[in-house]
Amino acid sequence: MKLKQLEGLLGDLEQFSNPKVELEQYPTGPHIASRMLFTAENSYGDITDKVVADFGCGCGTLSAAAALLDAASVIGFDIDPESLETATLNAEELEVEIDFVQCDITKLELKGLIVDTVVMNPPFGTRKKGADMEFLSAAMKVASKAVYSLHKTSTREHIKRAALRDFNAKSAEVLCELRYDLPKLYKFHKRKEVDIAVDLWRFEPR
Amino acid sequence: MRLITHNMLSCNIKGVTNGFPLRIEAGNVIEKEVDFNPDFIRHMFAKIEWKALVEGARSMGYAELPEDSPDAAVLKSDEPFLKKLHHALLELHLEEGALVCPETGRKFPVNKGIPNMLLHEDEV
Repeated sequence: MKLKQLEGLLGDLEQFSNPKVELEQYPTGPHIASRMLFTAENSYGDITDKVVADFGCGCGTLSAAAALLDAASVIGFDIDPESLETATLNAEELEVEIDFVQCDITKLELKGLIVDTVVMNPPFGTRKKGADMEFLSAAMKVASKAVYSLHKTSTREHIKRAALRDFNAKSAEVLCELRYDLPKLYKFHKRKEVDIAVDLWRFEPR
Repeated sequence: MRLITHNMLSCNIKGVTNGFPLRIEAGNVIEKEVDFNPDFIRHMFAKIEWKALVEGARSMGYAELPEDSPDAAVLKSDEPFLKKLHHALLELHLEEGALVCPETGRKFPVNKGIPNMLLHEDEV
């Protein structure tokens, strides 16, 4: 599948109808999601025929992207039942098979070595400090091949240090810097739209 | 929820040491066809917990898998076996029912195919 095609399909997905600020629910836009998964497959072969988990999947954009790139199995995890309902509808709409599990990913320990790749757009930790690190820690315990994640560029050094020192990463690499356009979702947002710089990371577990 | 996912879920209630595998109480099970990829199934065979898979499949009404994990040699040539494994892992969906902790009996409900593994405050 071509990048443009993937982006187009993801652009039609439903997003949060009633976003919850405490969970930092921001949709992963089709531009970022398509590039993230496309890079994971085309540069590293981490998606097609692999078992892919999406942590904090929300409405399932990254899960859908993985399924569209022919992951052998995709599992989306989220704490919020409303998001999972939307994610289920999105999967049906695209006619892809995705398993969804409702859980707090930071409390659920997954067994075994089944998951090859974790993809995620975690909370950036602006509401609940350290949420991004909890997600990264959980992902590194589960992935046997690689973790792809988005983090604010302003936290780059911190992420790198924590990944290598605390989360047992063999490598931690910023693949590219992206603009995350944040639409005005919540009342406390003053401006109509803001761009924040985010890094697309690839981590390899030991 | 399919059995490939079931194979990695366990009960993480504080103090529980033996929360795997979760027993399946099947309400409604559906089947959906998925393209057969023998290489992927061979690759998965090495990674799954056999007993959890066999018991899970039985609970969902599919009793074609042998009790004991077969010798890895069958994977090379035995296509009918690989197809059974494929079916159990990827084509059976638990739509309604529950996952039950083998140690405490705590039930995690499954609705519309989604298991709810959230713990209560006094369980973490």
